[in-house]
Order: sequence, then C-alpha cells, then structure tokens
Amino acid sequence: MTTTQIEPAGPSSDVHVDENRHQPGVGAGERAVSFLNGGFLLLWGMITTLPLLWAIVSSFKTNGEFRTDPMGLPGGLEWDNFARAWNAANIGQYFLNSVIVVSMSLTMTMLFGAMGAYVLARYDFPGNRFIYYLFLGGLVLPVFLALVPMFFVVRNLGSLPVIGQFLGLNSYFSLALVYVAFSLPFTVFFLTAFFRTLPSSVAEAGIVDGCSHFTLFFRVMLPMARPGMISLGLFNFLGHWNQYVLPLVIMQDGDKRVLAQGLGTLAANTGFRADYTALFAGLVIALLPVLIVYILFQKQVQAGLTAGVLK
Amino acid sequence: MRHGKYPFILAFLLPPVGIYAIYMLSPYIQALYISMTDWSGLSASQTFIGFDNYVEMWHDDQLRTALRNNAILVLVVPILTLMLGLFFASMLNVGGRRRGAAVTGVRGSSIYQVVYFFPLVVSAPIIGIVFSYVFAPENAGGILNRMLGAVGLDSLQRLWLAEQSMLIWIVVVVMTWSFVGFYVVLFSAAMQSIPKDIYEAALLDGANRFTTFRKVTVPLVWDTVQVGWVYMAIQAMDAFATVHIMLGINGGVEGAGDVLGVMMYREAFASNDFGYAAAIGVLMLVLTMAVAMLFMRGLKRERVELA
Repeated sequence: MTTTQIEPAGPSSDVHVDENRHQPGVGAGERAVSFLNGGFLLLWGMITTLPLLWAIVSSFKTNGEFRTDPMGLPGGLEWDNFARAWNAANIGQYFLNSVIVVSMSLTMTMLFGAMGAYVLARYDFPGNRFIYYLFLGGLVLPVFLALVPMFFVVRNLGSLPVIGQFLGLNSYFSLALVYVAFSLPFTVFFLTAFFRTLPSSVAEAGIVDGCSHFTLFFRVMLPMARPGMISLGLFNFLGHWNQYVLPLVIMQDGDKRVLAQGLGTLAANTGFRADYTALFAGLVIALLPVLIVYILFQKQVQAGLTAGVLK
Repeated sequence: MRHGKYPFILAFLLPPVGIYAIYMLSPYIQALYISMTDWSGLSASQTFIGFDNYVEMWHDDQLRTALRNNAILVLVVPILTLMLGLFFASMLNVGGRRRGAAVTGVRGSSIYQVVYFFPLVVSAPIIGIVFSYVFAPENAGGILNRMLGAVGLDSLQRLWLAEQSMLIWIVVVVMTWSFVGFYVVLFSAAMQSIPKDIYEAALLDGANRFTTFRKVTVPLVWDTVQVGWVYMAIQAMDAFATVHIMLGINGGVEGAGDVLGVMMYREAFASNDFGYAAAIGVLMLVLTMAVAMLFMRGLKRERVELA
C-alpha cells in the first residue's frame, strides 16, 4: 500500500516517494510503544498462568516446603500427595461421581436437545413457536431463583414409589436430569439454528429412499449436524464438569459429592488439618480433564463458548 | 411423509420439554409463590404472608451489604474486563507494526489467545481455592505477601482475607482475572472481520495507535462490546462460587463480603428460611433484568456501518 500510492503530478518532477520521509507506524517512538505493549501482554500472560502453575508446582511439594518456601521449586516429587488426595480426601470417589453424572447428563443433553431442536427447526405444527420461545426464556432466568423450589421438586420426586430412588436427592440420575434441564435452553437454541441451515434436498432424498422420520433423523440429519454437536458438546461438558451450585443443593450426602463440590469441602477443612499439598493435588486431578479437553479442542472450545454470547 | 408425523413430533419433544418443565420451569413458577410465604422448608405448614418477606428485606442490614457488594461487582468487573479485553484484543490483532504489512497482530498472538482463555475452562471453585491461597497469610502459603516482601514492599503486606473493606475487592480481582481471556477471544473474532484497508488508510493519514483504537477499532466492534457487556453484568451478578469458596457461607469477616447469591443459599439451607430465600431470589431476578436493560440502553449508540 505504501509503495503503490499515486503521487499527483505537480510542478516538481520528483514523483517517487522519499524513503526518508516519516512513515507513520514505523519509527523509534512506535518501536518503544510496541515494546511497552508487548510487555503488558507478557505481564498479563504471566498473571494468567502463574497462579495455576503455582498450584500445580505446589501439588508436588511436602507440606513443610509449602509453608516455608511457597514460591520455590519442590525438592522432590511427592506423589504421595496425589495418593492422599485420591484416597484419604475422597477425591477418587468425587472424581468417579463426576464422571458418572457428567456422562449421563451430557448424553441426555445432546440427545434430547438435538431431538427437540430438530423437530422445532424442521417440522411445522401448532405450538412450535410457543415451545421454542419457552426454551429461549430459560436463557435469561438466573439459576438462583430456581434453586430453592428445585430442591423440593427433587425431594418430592424421591418419595414416588419404585422410581423414587432414582429421582430423589443424592441420586446421580436426578442430578444429571437437573443439569440437562438447565442446559437445554442454550442447546435447543443453538441446534435449532444449526438444523435450519441443513439443506432440505438431502432430507427429501432420504424420504424418496423410503426413510422413516426416525431413520432420517438418526442416519442422515444427526451425522450432518456433527460440527455443531461437537462445539456444543464441549461447551456442555465444561459446564457440567465445573458445575458447583446445582450439586450443592442436590447432593447433600458426603459420598455423592461431585468433584468441584468435594474440593470446596476439602478446602474448607484443610485449614484445620494443614494438609495443603493434598488439596493442591486434588485441584490438579480436577483440572486434568478440562486441561486435556482444552488443549485437544482449543479452537472448538473457544468457538463454542463465544457462540454462547453472540446468540 | 405425512404418515406418522405427529406421533414422531410428540415422541421427540416429550423428553426435552418434560425435563425442562419439571426441573426448570416449575421451580421458577413456584419460587414466586414461595417468596410470599413464611415457609421454613422443614414443616408442612406454609402460610401466605403477602409481601412481608419483601418488607423484611427492606429492613435487613445484611441484605444492604450484599446489595452494595453486588452493585460493586456489576459495575466494576465489567468495566475492568472490557478495558483489559479491548486493549489486549487490539494488541493481538491489529497492534503489530511491520514494514510492508501495516496491520498485523503482535508476535506470539496465537499463544496469548490460548493462554489468556485458559482460566475460563477452569471451574470457579478451583479458581477460588487457588486465590484464597494467593491472598492467604504468609505462613499458610500466601504468595502475594511473600512476593511483596521479596520486592521490598513489606508495608503493603496484610491479612487480605481478614480485612472487611478488602473482601469484595478481592472478589473483583479474581472475577476480572477469570473473565478477561474470554473477551480477548470474543473481541478478537470481531476485530478479525474488520477490513485491513481501513487500518492502512488510517495509518497513511498519520493516525497513531491510540487514535486508531478509539476511532476505528472500538466503533467497529461496538456491537460485540454491547452484547459482551450485558452478558458479563449478568455473570458478575452471580459471584456465588467465588464468594462461597473464598469467604465462606457467611460472606467473610462480619459478613462484609456477602453477595445476594450466597445470602440466598444461606437463608435457604443453613437458616431454613425458604420463604425469605425465595424472596431474595426474586430480587435477584428483578435486578438482573433491570441491569441487563439498563446496560443495553446505556450503551446504545449509532451503529457504524461499513460502506
């Protein structure tokens, strides 16, 4: 751009651009600003990573090292911290609980969300708009308002005959259902938009080939929606894995706690028992799944989460 | 195709709508009623008391503290986050200056975007726990005090989590820390869609970086800023996990760091006053809506169209 500009032909015959002329954006002053800006970026990078890095380093220390030299590097690798966290502090149980609940809730969210969104996006029936807006409304309601009555809904469902044991408080299945309910508004919203963009010619071809409504959905439309399902699945995975307040209400029994909740209790108790490094080992155990998911799917995670705002 | 359409629609809608209605819609509707009762949650007796809970809130000093703290969070966290997010995003996308290519990101942009975003995928309890040790006393691993001591700023050392006036500001810092990366990524996406020749034109006109930022970048990403701002205000209203983990269920020393969410949880599950808790929940709903609307209005501006 700087070299292709056309100088107006004036009385002077000198029409080429003077190399020594001040070029905006490239000079000593600009370089100083660049340096300063680079410094800020680096500083924020450090502010972002250091607390987490510190937590990871601390998980390998002895408690003595942690207290006397919190900033230093560990003398050796105390794998025992992880064993204590996993067994004595019950993190293993909490981890298992989280895996059970999240695998149930994620499967149901994606399946039911896709089913609802598909029907809302591609079928015309009375009440379609109404149900769609009903889901959309859930996007703006704060979780907190529902917290108290939700506790009673779950408790009361627990007293139903036979199925009550799966639907009451302290049940993996009912916590998963609660996660599903709270994830549906965004899931339905996002996938409805996605299913609308799929070409109808493919659906028509399927019908000509004799697909039923069911096979059309499971064999044709769902596979085509894969990119959207992956972004949304990651979004929901992180949301469910990191959930804190919903399990606090539903899982009151100590052994049924999920990871984030269990860590909270552990942190509250650690002050008395002074086993800081086991706490940090617990943190690292909780951090690992999200760290792995984030590193593997970094682009999709960012896309999924930012799509959540630009709805 | 017409054959079996309605049974199919019904079969596909029943699970999502059923779960949604039972676990989400019905609690919201019940909450409005419970907020007008004196229900303890333990007994079956539930008397309708009209707006008494709301009157009680009016006279509740602790609620006033919580409201003040929520106000601080809703005003300060979004402003800090937006400023930092816009600054970093513009650095990363249009901050670089090199001969030949006038507008690029600074070196290492892609790495920064990955690193900055990371706090967002870490759960709030983990962030809360880590930071409660950052701000802890020196003999309990408090690295902030340790660092201040190391650079000779001993006078700034203090028992951060024991000082009432500090509590909510610590929450502000922690929340801002965890939000910024998200807005860097969000604004980056918006900035990447701005045509580069606008920047080149501005550069040729001799605009410096700050002017370019103010007159070109910000107006062109303003739509995104507006959406992000509202979203963030709603998020900042919550603060439950951070406060609950860092300061405890009573909101820290003398309840000075209390927020509405924690107060509601405490009234419901520790004090067994479900009616009052539901009323706090309704208050939160009203405030969230009000804040969202105010923020949307306050930021409305002439839309800048790219010709």
